[in-house]
Amino acid sequence: MDRTQLGEFIKSLKPDATVIEGKQFIEVTVADTELHSLAKKLRESEETWFDFLVCLTGVDHSNGFEVVYHLRSTRYGHMIVLKTRTSGREKPVLNSVCDIWATAEFHEREVYDLLGVKFNNHPDLRRLFLDSSWGFPLRKDYVDDVNIVTK
Amino acid sequence: MKYEEFKDNESLELLRESGSNVLLTTIDDVINWGRKSSLWPLTFATSCCGIEMMQTGAPRHDFARFGMEVYRASPRQADVIVVAGTIVNKMAPVLKRLYDQMSEPKYVVAMGACAISGGPFFLNSYSVVKGVEHIIPVDVYIPGCPPRPEALLYGMLQLQRKIETENIKSRKIRVAKNNSK
Amino acid sequence: MEEIIKEVVVGEQEDYVINMGPQHPSTHGVLRLVVSLRGEIVKNVQPHIGYIHRGIEKMCESLTYPQIIHLTDRMDYLSASINNEAVCLAVENALEIDIPDRIKVIRTIMAELTRIQSHQLFWASYGMDLGGQTCYFYGLRDREKVLDIFEETTGGRMIVSYNCPGGLMYDIHPNFQKRVKEFIKYFRSVLWEYDAILTGNVIFRERTIGIGKLSLEDAISYGVTGPSGRASGFSCDIRKHEPYSAYDRVKFNEVLYKEGDTYHRYLARVEEMRESMNIIEQLIDNIPEGPYAVKMKPVIKLPEGEYFQKVETVRGELDVFIVSDGNKNPYRLKFRSPNFVNLGVLNHISKDFKIADLIAIAGSLDFVIPDIDR
Repeated sequence: MDRTQLGEFIKSLKPDATVIEGKQFIEVTVADTELHSLAKKLRESEETWFDFLVCLTGVDHSNGFEVVYHLRSTRYGHMIVLKTRTSGREKPVLNSVCDIWATAEFHEREVYDLLGVKFNNHPDLRRLFLDSSWGFPLRKDYVDDVNIVTK
Repeated sequence: MKYEEFKDNESLELLRESGSNVLLTTIDDVINWGRKSSLWPLTFATSCCGIEMMQTGAPRHDFARFGMEVYRASPRQADVIVVAGTIVNKMAPVLKRLYDQMSEPKYVVAMGACAISGGPFFLNSYSVVKGVEHIIPVDVYIPGCPPRPEALLYGMLQLQRKIETENIKSRKIRVAKNNSK
Repeated sequence: MEEIIKEVVVGEQEDYVINMGPQHPSTHGVLRLVVSLRGEIVKNVQPHIGYIHRGIEKMCESLTYPQIIHLTDRMDYLSASINNEAVCLAVENALEIDIPDRIKVIRTIMAELTRIQSHQLFWASYGMDLGGQTCYFYGLRDREKVLDIFEETTGGRMIVSYNCPGGLMYDIHPNFQKRVKEFIKYFRSVLWEYDAILTGNVIFRERTIGIGKLSLEDAISYGVTGPSGRASGFSCDIRKHEPYSAYDRVKFNEVLYKEGDTYHRYLARVEEMRESMNIIEQLIDNIPEGPYAVKMKPVIKLPEGEYFQKVETVRGELDVFIVSDGNKNPYRLKFRSPNFVNLGVLNHISKDFKIADLIAIAGSLDFVIPDIDR
């Protein structure tokens, strides 16, 4: 399928998602409660078959945390970007996709460790790099006068 | 350093404590010769400087010819710990524990910019210890990022010269820089 | 303070839990493995990482793009040129700059030389881990020759920082082509020794054949790329699927096996050394003339938006994801490092093997720990 057909197909899977044609990939934005069901459909439907989760990133914006999933299909070779945003900065929670792609386990632990986003149904959500008494360093409002030497 | 200065032993004599009788100075010489000629390092390498340390043990710049014959994995059997690589807040207690487990006499060499002062990660990093001297007392600093194998060999030879100036009557007790970490 | 999300059960009551601590001769860096054993059989392996977490991603938010190049060198230091190339390509594609051919060819040659020297170090340290001390000396002796080539052109042996946004830092040395050709001739004549020592060795084969099998579906689901994934049949080579630099004009084979055990992960790397030499031979004689750098503005600012660049480093796929808001520093820079993802599969494939096999499996996945922690 080429890009426009792929975009229309994904829109038909979940009509209330926004599908934009970006410069590099098709970008699909979806609400945080609908993420897991759309991800499952993208993985299992025969026309798309997104079986390789390439990258899971957390980005800190002022009105919530955005989590960006890059998905690729080994059968067809196409790639899309799936984005979702949590509804606020206090107690951000999302559903985990570990049951769909096994690689998400480590990636979600990293997002929890550095940004503080919790994932429901994660088999083992512990901190990964830092101790349990650190804050969340990748947040924009992280201040640490003892350790950070700034220019 | 020029070769003439490297061979100059008068300055070494000045570093020694005030002289003692002939018997003790000869024993000192023999003991120091034994200690400096077979310094066995501990296997400790955290990041890129570790690869340059491995490369120094390779056939071209062999450091077994200077006495560092084998790497010992257990701290009780090692004489010198070459801290090669960045030390992070999570790793600092481990390093302190290894240093405490080593038996006297023990020496520390800080290899590379990260071990001396935090290196390229000095600014804006929240978890790098800015220099290993905050944790353990250091004898020799070897600058470079990473230092060439020849630089590491030069540093080890300087450590050997430093050991030559020791004396059995009083071994100075070194402490780390007094700091909160 | 954090509440505990869930108690983690490392092992059953009768299991014996040991700690292969951060300082260990065979973990290739500071990786801590908490292994729960029943007798000698491994039941569960929990990696604890973070002992070299330097906060590179947070640091990048306060540095300019040319300064980030110097940090990427130190992430996976054994594929330093290729890491530099990732950020350079991301910036150049975002600004839509055309790179002259000379730069592309030289970048490809340096990347393949990097691949060869990293696999030489893998071979040297893998043999030593399994007990064959000779491999250490043979592998590192030959690696010195590649480091000499790097040093003559770039000034650094392992940390090169040679690629920069817009091209290369300096032109190649006049001796470069001659020395590379001599090296290839020498190394081809010596590579049979590597096979003679390890690949055909009875002890090595007993220790690695059939150990730690990773199936194709698991490789895709866990996202294992690089030679470890290709040994399971996962065709993931970005040099073939989405060629960048000069990879679209060279012919080479992607090294794929079906069995997915430790022996084939090792074999994939030795074969990749041969393929890299083929690539270099096709390019070394015809380096096109031209400038070695394109003139860029003194302050590089990427337009607002998100940019994604993939390269094939020695150990797998490195992705650079830049979110930019128009300033000279990125708003968020994320490195999807291959070693971080490959570590996720260690627990899955070491179940029910002995602890000595755990060393063989962890060595064959070829981790570089600073790349895991960044």
